[in-house]
Amino acid sequence: MRNVVDTTPEGNMVLNVGPQHPSTHGVLHLFITVNGETILNLDPNIGYIHRSIEKMCESLSYRQFIYSTSRMDYLSAHMNNHGCALTVEKGLQIEVPERAEVIRVIISELTRLASHQLWWGSLAMDLGALSPFFYAFREREMITDIMEETCGARLTMNYIVPGGVMADIHPDFQRKVKEFMVQFKSKIGEYHELVTDNVIFQNRTKGIGKLSKEDAISYGCTGPTARGSGLSCDIRKIYPYSAYKNIQFNEIIETEGDSFARYMVRMREMEESVHIIEQLIDNIPEGEFQAKTKAVLKLPKGEFYTRLETARGELGVYIVSEGGTTPYRIKFRSPGFSNLSALNHMVKGHKIGDLVSVMGTLDLVIPDIDR
Amino acid sequence: MFSIEKILNSFHEWLSSMLNQNMVMLLEMALIAFFAITLFATLGLVLVYLERKVSAFIQIRKGPNRVGPFGIFQTTADTLKLIVKESFMPDSVDKFLYQLAPFIVMITAMLLLAPLPFARGVQIWNINIGVFYVTAVSSLSVIGILMAGWASNNKYSLLGAMRSGAQIVSYELSAGMAILSIIVLTGSLNLQDIIASQENGWWIFKGHIPAIVAFVIYIIAVTAETNRAPFDLAEAESELTGGFHTEYAGMRFALFFLAEYINIFIVCAIGATLFFGGWMPFHIGNWEAFNHVMDFIPSSIWFFGKTFFLIILIMWFRWTFPRLRVDQLLNLEWKYLLPISMLNLLVMTLIAIKGWHF
Repeated sequence: MRNVVDTTPEGNMVLNVGPQHPSTHGVLHLFITVNGETILNLDPNIGYIHRSIEKMCESLSYRQFIYSTSRMDYLSAHMNNHGCALTVEKGLQIEVPERAEVIRVIISELTRLASHQLWWGSLAMDLGALSPFFYAFREREMITDIMEETCGARLTMNYIVPGGVMADIHPDFQRKVKEFMVQFKSKIGEYHELVTDNVIFQNRTKGIGKLSKEDAISYGCTGPTARGSGLSCDIRKIYPYSAYKNIQFNEIIETEGDSFARYMVRMREMEESVHIIEQLIDNIPEGEFQAKTKAVLKLPKGEFYTRLETARGELGVYIVSEGGTTPYRIKFRSPGFSNLSALNHMVKGHKIGDLVSVMGTLDLVIPDIDR
Repeated sequence: MFSIEKILNSFHEWLSSMLNQNMVMLLEMALIAFFAITLFATLGLVLVYLERKVSAFIQIRKGPNRVGPFGIFQTTADTLKLIVKESFMPDSVDKFLYQLAPFIVMITAMLLLAPLPFARGVQIWNINIGVFYVTAVSSLSVIGILMAGWASNNKYSLLGAMRSGAQIVSYELSAGMAILSIIVLTGSLNLQDIIASQENGWWIFKGHIPAIVAFVIYIIAVTAETNRAPFDLAEAESELTGGFHTEYAGMRFALFFLAEYINIFIVCAIGATLFFGGWMPFHIGNWEAFNHVMDFIPSSIWFFGKTFFLIILIMWFRWTFPRLRVDQLLNLEWKYLLPISMLNLLVMTLIAIKGWHF
């Protein structure tokens, strides 16, 4: 912990944003040095929600540790589980049935949609428009209902396990997903009307929080944050996993690098996710939903690493195994942590109001940063 | 025809017949004070309820619907809760200024009720410089806000107060210009004269395009002056966690909250008076029959109808627009609204001199 000071030696005011602040969306603490309203320096202070998930995982078996990862980036819970399952499968060389692969992708894309919708609502709320939040939740609620039917939970969901998925899909699954897609397609125009085309919104985001392609690389930014700067980094495209190998979709890239570009990447990604689900929802192959695996999984001695694209960027799962039933060491490369590191660079010289809009477009989830 | 004016006059005569003149005046002053406080409280409750219902309508929700039929007692229950809540005062505040600030904001709002013409012949104080009085007194509320921000000894409050100071001082200019452009048409600052001049049509229809421009500028400027979204930078919940009233709780907070709604009512009432004829029914030139039919609707209904129309317009802004940034806010005023309203005033003066208006 740092000492809390009122002013810097140069006489500039130090403002503590957080850990309890409406627009940090969690317990992020930012020391910002301001001259009037202009931000001179920003220093994130993290660790308020550190639960030492990585250490906990070391004493859990390869079937158990996956469940704690839903508590990291709770908005991409399924993708976190997917990453862990992929790593374990890589170590054990399990063939995952086709059906499970397709279900995994559909579930992941639905999670991405739900996450982006929440982000859209909360970004608008950060910028002072409270209504879009409710419009976002109208559609998000349908996804949450689908998730509840599929895996029993509405948040901190667990469905993807090593070898496939935990249970077969609900008989209503396909119908409900199609209903959702019809609803979403008819409402996406409303999203753009309400927020994207608003002059005040465009003034608040265009040219704000510039991040060049080179800076995005050097800060290790991934996901929509980096793609907004023109960096091609979609793991689904570059290192396809699961059913992403067989489907057609575009990687969304905007080149401006400002808040509006990051916003547009996520908006277009939502439409792309719907496009992906459309290709798969009628073509779920028949067969097993889970591969036959041993009751107790034992990874061979060695190091295993997989990466995948969550709603926030690249998630890396790194397991060191000594050959036992529990991992020797687990490390998660979380997208939020690296994206947060670029924040200081992006907001320097901007106003306090811009801090909120830039932070909103980074789409930070604090439990993902702290783990 | 129903008229509050007659009731009030006969009440005044009845009192005068029983008591001497000084006693009548004292009694009437007490009654008016009671009326002002009651109106203050009722308007606050009604407007908060209205805002919650309007926001619910925009946000595809139901809004308050549990306390009483359609939830109409929800705001009463909320106010009761705020009254009985502990009035917590942080340790490091400037105690005198901290306690004084909400009262300044509230008293300013109440003073502004005085010259409002609520209906034909119903006005607390028929002052001959009514419009000037309103613009002068309404600028006092910024003192309360600055005081609250400074006394709270909190950086967020201070930032909010400073924003509010810059904002209100700037936007008063274009609000004043918009008001002036109607004054040049009427040639009087008296609110009753302004209403009387709209006997054959409201200024928004009679004053050609400059009147409409002035109205638009007026609505934008007063939205900013009352610290409402999209100009709610002084509160800026997501940036400053509440701005100048961050450190206030209980009834002290409620006073700020109610004063905000009373201020909205007042600026909308002034806007309705200047541009939509106040209590004057909808008249068209010399269509005698039509005008006569319109006169059957009581003047108080016309006044409150127009005022609430403007209030709902301002609420609609709040629930659809994102917030501006502080420099964009000042740019909008000094680079766009002020030059436009100055030019508009010139055009309006030309129209008034040449007598081109209807």
